Amino acid sequence: MPETPSNPLIRARQLTKRFGEFTAVDAIDFDVAAGESFGFLGPNGAGKTSTMRMIGCTSPISDGTLEVMGMDPAQHGPQIRARLGVVPQQDTLDNELTVRENLVIYGRYFGLSRAEVGRRADELLEFAQLGERANDQVEPLSGGMKRRLTIARSLINEPTLLLLDEPTTGLDPQARHLLWDRLYRLKQRGVTLVLTTHYMDEAEQLCDRLVVMDKARIVAEGSPRELIERYSTREVTELRFAPGIAETLDGQLDGIAQRVEHLPDRILLYADDGEAAAVAVNQRGLKPDTVLVRRSSLEDVFLRLTGRSLID
Amino acid sequence: MTAVARPGSPVTRRSSTVGRVFEHRWLQYRRTFRSSIFTSFLSPVLFLTAMGLGLGSYVSDSAIDDIGGVSYLVFLAPGLLAATAMQAASFEATFPIMGGLVWNRIFHAMYATPISPRDIALGNLAWMAARLMLISTVFTGVIVLFGAAESPLIVLAIPAAALTGLAFAAPIAAFAATQKTPDRFAAIFRFGITPLFLFSGTFFPIESLPEAVRPVAWVTPLYHGASLTRGLSLGTLLDDPVLALVHVLILVACVAVGTWAMIRTIERRLVRG
Repeated sequence: MPETPSNPLIRARQLTKRFGEFTAVDAIDFDVAAGESFGFLGPNGAGKTSTMRMIGCTSPISDGTLEVMGMDPAQHGPQIRARLGVVPQQDTLDNELTVRENLVIYGRYFGLSRAEVGRRADELLEFAQLGERANDQVEPLSGGMKRRLTIARSLINEPTLLLLDEPTTGLDPQARHLLWDRLYRLKQRGVTLVLTTHYMDEAEQLCDRLVVMDKARIVAEGSPRELIERYSTREVTELRFAPGIAETLDGQLDGIAQRVEHLPDRILLYADDGEAAAVAVNQRGLKPDTVLVRRSSLEDVFLRLTGRSLID
Repeated sequence: MTAVARPGSPVTRRSSTVGRVFEHRWLQYRRTFRSSIFTSFLSPVLFLTAMGLGLGSYVSDSAIDDIGGVSYLVFLAPGLLAATAMQAASFEATFPIMGGLVWNRIFHAMYATPISPRDIALGNLAWMAARLMLISTVFTGVIVLFGAAESPLIVLAIPAAALTGLAFAAPIAAFAATQKTPDRFAAIFRFGITPLFLFSGTFFPIESLPEAVRPVAWVTPLYHGASLTRGLSLGTLLDDPVLALVHVLILVACVAVGTWAMIRTIERRLVRG
């Protein structure tokens, strides 16, 4: 832990989750401070969702300690859940009810009065840009609208902490950007966000700080910028060769970049000056089909840490 | 935008968490309220007309003696009341439970709030009890309209029928909560509910069954439920108060065991590992 906030909203030490013989989360440590936007980045099966469920007090911990808002989930599950907003990976909306009814009944679960919950529902419908669909059934809504409704629903109790498990998985780019915009607004209002994602662009957009998870463990921790600086170069030059050519390049790229990564479909040259690397490739008489110079991303960090891509 | 802007405001009012689950079921039901009431009314009208009046006119005098000297309609109606409660209960205890856990996954959404798996089980059971009371009330009204009630005690047949329904609803819901697909529900209806409907004293006294299978009828809740509703409708229940108490206790035991099991199976499904 590089920095330990004095009063973290979430505090996990040696947090472990086992299902029989299988260890889904293996002795991880992390803190989340109030007002922070914190992410778990990792591929499917890394243990992100299991961690979120333990924080959400719907899955008991197997070992270690976990405190959420200073309370023990095993003792105070309902009290903690009263102050959480949860956006699950899979929608859990009631298709038999209208958009507005979904918000109202959810507010009632928290013991809010009908008048209060009605007022909040109307505000949240505006926030989620669903005001015009308030009295429509949920079923015909698009995936993006359902996600926005789920987020609006998670805010009905004015949560201290918002848990988002893969909030934009399965959405088209436009719907994702709209959702990111809404989440960014929440973040600016001081809501603490904890999210899981396997999209590096999502993590870069939304997270102040994140941990990279792989195979049930935390393999790195920091802000997106810190992680890129620590585990990657400033720029990356991507080379694509015609089929069969890449395999014959043995050693011909040596010395051009600080690191060379061979992927099935392309070669990545990690260099602080990507243009210079591209020029050097050209000078050696190599003829890639395409050359792309880009900034390093968290995808590169993940590749470096695990030797694998985030999305297979 | 205060709903979003104020992080961490406390819960304003704590009220019955079981009641919130009940409220959700009511909200879902409200949409189909009218057509549902109409069906609850039409079904007994059709059954009592066809079986009670139609088929009943073929029942011989000697058979009438076996059913206590009353007309077939009077014999049949309270039995059918209990059987209808059983059928409605078996439906209410299967698909909506599967829906909450597997299809809409609403129970998972509830469990992300202060609502506990126990609240979810009890709230759904309370809803089923309310539904059964409603169906039984309409059915009993139809019995009275047909002039098929011999005693004012018929009023008590309403809670007796609802209790009969719950004796099925609770254990069936406990089972439904263990299933990932509705495939086995058809087996419950086909090999459980339908045979009981036919052979538990609804259409003829179980004394007409071969001696060997009579004990089977004895262990089924519907036999006890039908005995209760019939005893109340005919006004003969208190002729043997001990037997009446046994009927009630057996049904209550089914509800108690079923409720305990339902809480356990829903808990096991919602709490991860």
